[in-house]
Parts: sequence; structure tokens; C-alpha cells
Amino acid sequence: MSANYQCEGAPSAADLSRFRPMLEFRSRLLAATRDFFCRRGYLEVSTPLVVPTPALEQHIDAQPVGGAYLRTSPELHMKRLLAAGCDKIFQIGPCFRRGEFGSVHNPEFCMLEWYRTGADYRDVLAETRSLLLALAESVLGRSWFDCRGQRVDLAGDWQQLTVTSAFACAGWDPVVCFDAERFERDLLQRVEPRLPRDRAVALMDYPVQLAALAACREGPPPVAERWELYLAGLELANAFTELTDPVEQRRRFETCARERRADGRPVYPLDLEFLAALERGLPRCAGVALGLDRLLMLLAGALDLDAVLPFRAAGSSW
Amino acid sequence: MYSASDLRKGLRIEIDGVPYIITEFNFVKPGKGASIYNCKLKNLINGSTLNKSYRSNDKFDEPRIEDRKMRYSYNDGTNYVFIDDNYEQLEITPGVLGNSRFFLNEDMPVDVLIFNGQAIGVDLPTFVEKAIIETEPGARGNTATNVLKPATIEGGYEIHVPLFINQGDIVKIDTRTGEYSDRARVARNA
Repeated sequence: MSANYQCEGAPSAADLSRFRPMLEFRSRLLAATRDFFCRRGYLEVSTPLVVPTPALEQHIDAQPVGGAYLRTSPELHMKRLLAAGCDKIFQIGPCFRRGEFGSVHNPEFCMLEWYRTGADYRDVLAETRSLLLALAESVLGRSWFDCRGQRVDLAGDWQQLTVTSAFACAGWDPVVCFDAERFERDLLQRVEPRLPRDRAVALMDYPVQLAALAACREGPPPVAERWELYLAGLELANAFTELTDPVEQRRRFETCARERRADGRPVYPLDLEFLAALERGLPRCAGVALGLDRLLMLLAGALDLDAVLPFRAAGSSW
Repeated sequence: MYSASDLRKGLRIEIDGVPYIITEFNFVKPGKGASIYNCKLKNLINGSTLNKSYRSNDKFDEPRIEDRKMRYSYNDGTNYVFIDDNYEQLEITPGVLGNSRFFLNEDMPVDVLIFNGQAIGVDLPTFVEKAIIETEPGARGNTATNVLKPATIEGGYEIHVPLFINQGDIVKIDTRTGEYSDRARVARNA
């Protein structure tokens, strides 16, 4: 057999013209998203793409650019707006994650992120259901879609599955006794393949070690108020009841910085402006981050991002 | 030296002194967890395949493979003879070429892969043209491309072609998959 598996080059004009219907579909999806949030009294905001202090997360790497970084998420800036009195905000815009490239990853991708005060992760799960139903009705004229060999009806039951019950099939409870490596392995090999694919599934109540910027609920056992939404087996959105405690937030950033240093990964400076905003007081709030390119894939019945992005990154680092 | 984030389809890496090419690549990153790079690898020496999962911290050696620009010249009865611009010749056995040998045309430019002084294979152009030497008569007017029938190209390699393809037609073959891609020309006396 030939050993020639060279990647295809830049898209030709003919390739691009084939994207026209997809671009129209995407444009309608974006318009419907804005319409949904504006009707609900949300304010659309734009926050910086180039940031000196990307949020510290153990496994998310930022792309350096001119002495700063491209944002990996708009989260910290949006929370500063919440703390400053904007009570319902949303943003649609690019985020950049170094090294993430695959059939459902692109190092530059479009994120929809929204936050609301006086709400918890369950409230925003209900709102996510309303959003996805409204979007499907708007761009497809129906509540269901076929993707990845599966029909998913968004109007049907949304299954809420705790991490504890989802991991029963793996024979342990990561919430009680956490093991990071085992968690990742079992999530990938045992839990995700068993998740129902014919309906939306929210995997929720994560181990406190996987809280990132989520608030934790007292136990026993304590859990992070976080959910991840799966549609047709594809991870689409992540949500938290947001952590508002500045002391705990600083402790988590510092722990994460230590872990990243130990892993030999770059460590980003602490976002002191963000911590100062928490000290002045961030009201109780919840937020959702949803990958719009993946949602487009699902609604269009596409199998990978190649089918929805006319200009794909050439590899994991542009 | 490559790191895990360099991995992609088509990249060659060395494992325990053996050169491999990544034939399938899948990146996964569940939740906010660590990146996992799943690869299907083909051993470039013996053609065997294996599946491997790598993590961000894994590092890989780049195999020292020389891509030598040559042209296919002729078959000497057993081996395949390639020639470069300085008229230097290189013989490659059918075993090393594998199925690539069916897709060679005279004077075709190829990259001969040399590892430790040995030819281990050739990189062909992505598409090659080959004449159909045998197939059931075509159904005239049937332009369906989703119904296929067996056909044999020069050298005895069998592919599957649409019903409208006739004996003598020249077809385009995708050398990455070894499958029919397109009709290049209709047989002259059809």
C-alpha cells in the first residue's frame, strides 16, 4: 500500500462554494441564538480576545501572542461584568486552545457563553433546554435531529445523571474517593459509551477535584455543582453554579498553578482583577459554555468539524 | 523530536527503532480532562498495524527516512526498477512495494522511502490512471455511481467500479485507498 496520507491543502474556491448552504445554516443559527437571549432580557457583550492572564485550568493551554495570550474562554471577564451589576449577559465569539485538534476539536472555535445572577446550575440546565429547543425549531422547523446514526428529540426527556450513578458501571464512586487517572480512563472507556444517545443527557455533580470554577455543595459527600451536556454522545456544553468565594478561588488557582508547573506546562499569572472583583462581591450566579461549531454539526447531521468549518486549522497549532 | 500535539494523520514516528506512519488519528479530551491522542500506526517495514494512545507529555523520535525523488522505469521480470535524475537505478522487490506495485506507470514520479540505507516503500501520486483490462460489459446509459462491479486493472489488481465502466476505459485510482475514484477516458474503440 502507498504510504501517502498527506493532508489536503488549502480549500479551493470550488471547495468553499460548497460551504455556501452550511454558511447560511450557521448564520441562521447565530441569528436565532441572539434572538433567544435578547427576548429573555440578556445583554450581548464582547470581552477581549487577547488577555494577559488566561484562566488557570489543569488541562487547557493558551496560545501565546505578543507577550499575552489568546483567550481560552471569556469566563473571567464576563464574571467581572456580573460583579459590576450586569445580571444577564451572553457572548458569542472565538476561543483558542492550543493543541486541541481532531475530528471534533479545532484550536480556534466558536463559543456561546452566558451567565445569569440569582440562578444555579439546575436553572441554567432548564434554560439550555429551552435554548436548544428554540434553536432547533428556528433552523430546522422541528424539535429533533438525526446525527451520528441517532435521532435525538430535544422535546423529549432530558436525562439527569449524576457522576455517582454513571460510574456505577465502573464499580466505584469518584465523588467519594477520587482518582484522576482512573476517572478519565473510565469516563472514556466505560461511562461515555454507555450514555443514552437518543436524548440529551446531563452528567452532573462532579467530584470537587474537578470543579474548576464551580461552587461546591456540602456533603456528604460534597460535590461540584457542574454539569456536562451530551447530545448523541457528543459533549456539547459545560455549566457551573459559579464559585463566588475569592479565598477558595485563589486557592484553586494556586493549586492548579502548582499542578501545571509539576506537569511541565506553562503557568499563567493570576488574574488579580478577577480576584478583586470576587472580593468586592460576585452575586450568586450560574453560567454555561456551549460549543457552537459542535451544535452546528449536530443540527446539520455532520459527522465532524470538517463539514461545518470552511477554514480548518492545519493542525494542533495553526 | 515530536510532541504529542504534533501527531496527525500522515506523520511518521519512530518507536523502538522502527518507523511507523499514522494512518488514523483521533483526538479526545473528555470533560476538562487530559488530552488523549489515539493513533492507528502502520509499521513501514512490515506493514503490520497497531493502535496506541498517547498523552500530552509523550515524545517521539522522527524516523530518519530519506524521500528520494525517482521515476519508475520498468519491471525486470521480478523486481521494480526506479531511476533518478542522475540515472542511478534502484531495484525494489514486490514484497517491499506491496499493493503500490499495481499503481505504477512508466516514468511516474515517486518518492522512494529509504530507511537505514534500505528502500522500505514508495510514496505514489495521490491519483494514478490505469486501464481496465477486464470487467463485465458496461450498462450503457447507466450513470449510477453507487452500484459497483468488479474490474481488473493491468497487473491483475481488482477494484470496484461503477456499471458504466467498460473494458479498455482508463480510470483514476486513489492510491491512498486503492479504490476507484473517477473515469479518466473512455476506451478508444468503445
